[in-house]
Amino acid sequence: MTETFEPVIIGFTCNWCSYRAADLAGTSRIKYPPNIRLIRLMCSGRLDPTFVLKALASGADGVMITGCHPGECHYLEQNYKAMRRYQFLQRLLSQMGIEPQRVKLVWASAAEGAHLAQEITKMVEEIRALGPLRWPSGDGAHTLAKEAAQASLTEVPA
Amino acid sequence: MSQNGKPKFAMYWAASCGGCEIAVLNTHEKILDVDANFDVVFWPVAMDAKYKDVRAMPDESITLCLFNGAIRNSENEEMAHLLRRKSKILVAFGSCATEGGIPALANLSSTREILDTAFQTPTTQNPEGLRPNPKWKSGEGEITIPEMWSVVRSLDQVVPVDYYMPGCPPESHQIAAVLDLVIQALQGKAQLPPAGAVIGAGNSSVCDECPRKRNEKKIRKFVRIQEIQTDPDLCLLEQGILCSGPATRSGCTALCPQAGVPCVGCYGPTEGAIDIGARLLSAVASVIDSTDPAEIDRILDGIPDPAGSLYRFNMAGSLLQAGKTAWEEEKHAAHNG
Amino acid sequence: MQRITVDPITRLEGHGKIEIFLDDKGEVANTYFQIPELRGFERFCVGRPIEEMPILTNRICGVCPEAHHMAAAKACDAVYHVDPPSAAKKLRELLYSAFYVTDHTTHFYALGGPDFIMGPDAPVAERNILGVIHKVGLEVGGKVIQARKYGHTVVEMIGGRKVHPCTAIPGGQSKGITEEQRKEIETMGRWAVEFAQFSLKLFDDIVLKNKAYLDLVLGDAYTHKTYYIGLVDENNRVNFYDGKVSVVDPEGKRLGKYAPSEYQDWIAEHVEPWTYLKFPYLKKVGWKGFVDGKDSGVYCATPLSRLNASDGMATPLAQAEYERFFKTLGGKPVHQRLATHWARLVELLYAAERWVQLATDPEITSDNFRTIPTEKPTEGVGIVEAPRGTLTHHYWTDERGIVTKVNLIVGTTNNYAPISMSIRKAAQAFVHNGKVVSEGMLNRVEMAFRAYDPCFGCATHSLPGQMPLEVTVRDAHGVVLTNLKQKC
Repeated sequence: MTETFEPVIIGFTCNWCSYRAADLAGTSRIKYPPNIRLIRLMCSGRLDPTFVLKALASGADGVMITGCHPGECHYLEQNYKAMRRYQFLQRLLSQMGIEPQRVKLVWASAAEGAHLAQEITKMVEEIRALGPLRWPSGDGAHTLAKEAAQASLTEVPA
Repeated sequence: MSQNGKPKFAMYWAASCGGCEIAVLNTHEKILDVDANFDVVFWPVAMDAKYKDVRAMPDESITLCLFNGAIRNSENEEMAHLLRRKSKILVAFGSCATEGGIPALANLSSTREILDTAFQTPTTQNPEGLRPNPKWKSGEGEITIPEMWSVVRSLDQVVPVDYYMPGCPPESHQIAAVLDLVIQALQGKAQLPPAGAVIGAGNSSVCDECPRKRNEKKIRKFVRIQEIQTDPDLCLLEQGILCSGPATRSGCTALCPQAGVPCVGCYGPTEGAIDIGARLLSAVASVIDSTDPAEIDRILDGIPDPAGSLYRFNMAGSLLQAGKTAWEEEKHAAHNG
Repeated sequence: MQRITVDPITRLEGHGKIEIFLDDKGEVANTYFQIPELRGFERFCVGRPIEEMPILTNRICGVCPEAHHMAAAKACDAVYHVDPPSAAKKLRELLYSAFYVTDHTTHFYALGGPDFIMGPDAPVAERNILGVIHKVGLEVGGKVIQARKYGHTVVEMIGGRKVHPCTAIPGGQSKGITEEQRKEIETMGRWAVEFAQFSLKLFDDIVLKNKAYLDLVLGDAYTHKTYYIGLVDENNRVNFYDGKVSVVDPEGKRLGKYAPSEYQDWIAEHVEPWTYLKFPYLKKVGWKGFVDGKDSGVYCATPLSRLNASDGMATPLAQAEYERFFKTLGGKPVHQRLATHWARLVELLYAAERWVQLATDPEITSDNFRTIPTEKPTEGVGIVEAPRGTLTHHYWTDERGIVTKVNLIVGTTNNYAPISMSIRKAAQAFVHNGKVVSEGMLNRVEMAFRAYDPCFGCATHSLPGQMPLEVTVRDAHGVVLTNLKQKC
């Protein structure tokens, strides 16, 4: 019996809109899959692309970035920064061989609990279809090389 | 060299170009201080101690080892492990050892692609499609060459490292200062920084050292250096030239921007940043002057090679470290032995 | 079969290993000179913006990045079909001339010189720059450091940095020099000319006036009759920065001259599976193996080759030395590889004279040092003479100027076949009856390829100028018979 792959998705949500949307989904009993682990930022403009790369390198299969709709940012213009960073990041990721569907930018206002839940559900299924990322951070895959190097060190020199 | 009780010094090059060695020699008179204060016991470019001699040294008998070059193949890795064992202080010296350097750009390809390219160039006559064979049975006997690993690594990805000295190469005045510090520390006159520190560099960004004038940045277009006459006094980024200065560690005195060309990021990420490309991406995206996705796309078309431009000297040390093809090849090799 | 392993070779940018196999009579049956590494520039430069090539290819070699920077700059100009202003070309050649002085100085004093100044059989401990200084005076060491310092100062003034210059861009240079800088460059250049003359006199006094050394230089063990190539100007004079590549046969007859865009008709590369480096050869003659002669496509690209392949030097003092060189050695071409050390000093003088010539050119402080390309980028070739051999950079790009393909034939690579042959010949000359004769034998094998200056010497003072050599002789069962080491 094969186990279904359960994607791990990290969701960066902004405090003023999208985090409240997630909250709303919860209080409205609108289900969304537990595959997403939410991390609250004060603003989507706080999203350092480092967070996305760290998530992907640390075992996440996907990352969702959420924020207020353009024009509605609590801090006025910072979600545009998130937009620009996201667009630039996608270009980098495609060069590195990471599918664009694995990182998504979603706008959701505080009232859009259902919409956000829908987006999350959609993304989980998309990533499930893509399969796990399992980006080989750390030394896992390198064990063979290490062992070979260790072996040569113990060779008795002539 | 004579056994005279002086602390032992070693310098080794893995997948490197020799520029770090030249930078050390460009300390000119300072090298005499090295000679006066150390026994140079292993420095393949300059003297004839061999791997065998290093193996025979007692563990931790080398006081200071400057290790430059990336870990590209089995021999590089073997020497990293060997020198770690034999050295008290192991310094990852230069961009290649600290973050992979230029050789780590190869991480966007597999070794198969690298070998196919090299052995099928327009001038290569190779009708049999030969490739280098790590173990080759010649008519007279088996001869060997190292195996290329699929992923280029920085030094600290294979052994623990005591200090990091960035730069391609580290500037000679910085090297001289570090040598001075070590000599003083050995004489009990100074303290070495805590292990794991970056030495021979500043803790700010190249922008801090750059004399060009800076205003508020609003970039509507990226241009390439050959496309415009640049204003020599104004920030290059403001003129639309992608410059790595904002995300790059200071210490070099911003030589490249002063010479009329953008910073290329060879000193690695600024203090506190773990991924230079992510920070540069973030900074540059912040100052693009547009809120329209289609227009943003057009502006970003002016950066045709994000991975190369963001991680030029630092691919191995980045969070993703290598592209998918390199990782897949390594995984495949591990499974097939 | 008995085997002698020499591992590692040093004084090569990178690493190298030699395997010497002996037949059952104890004579050298075959040798293999293996290069154990490949970084893959021809692959990982693909996808990069073309204007980055001068800084990316710098990192092929940190000893001669100036050579790569110039070849890349010229290839970029060719890709954009743009002709830089003459001030830009002069600035580049000035930087390059000063670099040549530094580089040739380093090799002669720390690598080649000690073999002659101290003698090939001198005690190992003395056969290095320190020994040289003891014999000829501490002043000499100081001059060597000064030559290096001056050279790198010029590189930084024009190139932006001391190692890995950054100012060459498609269409010209990113900056010029001030009158103040020019004056300083001129002063240093005049000192360099005197230093070059001093070096030639040193060689004269210590080598040419010593019969034993002259015999060594002229002897057969280090002689190979191969083709020779080198860049020449329109008067067929040696030029390091620009011109066409002259090719002459082992009898000195010119086979032809090719422009950079024509190199593919002339140079091809042979592959062996036991090394990561390929063996260039002359396409028109063909690969016949590791052999000498007019029918073999093996060629050489070194200071000796450049003198052989040219009709003279473009500056007066160097021209006089060129004439004296060939007169002393019995005419052109000269095949004795040890004479390369002398040829290198003739080039040192030319580089210094050229340095002064360019530093006093009225255009050198011009602020017209770049042209903005207007044509679409396509494909281009740039060729310069690196100190260690003809350097060829060939790039293809898409219409945005992103690199799509790269072909590089790098200095020392040109000489991979002749170096291999020189090693084998020296080993055959000095290893007999399965015995490693003496320390001096090891040094003579070293001397065979040291003359080619395989990429790199180390500058100055306290570091001994010899390679680490370990020779291990094993019998057929792998039991060690002899172990000879050459230490400092």
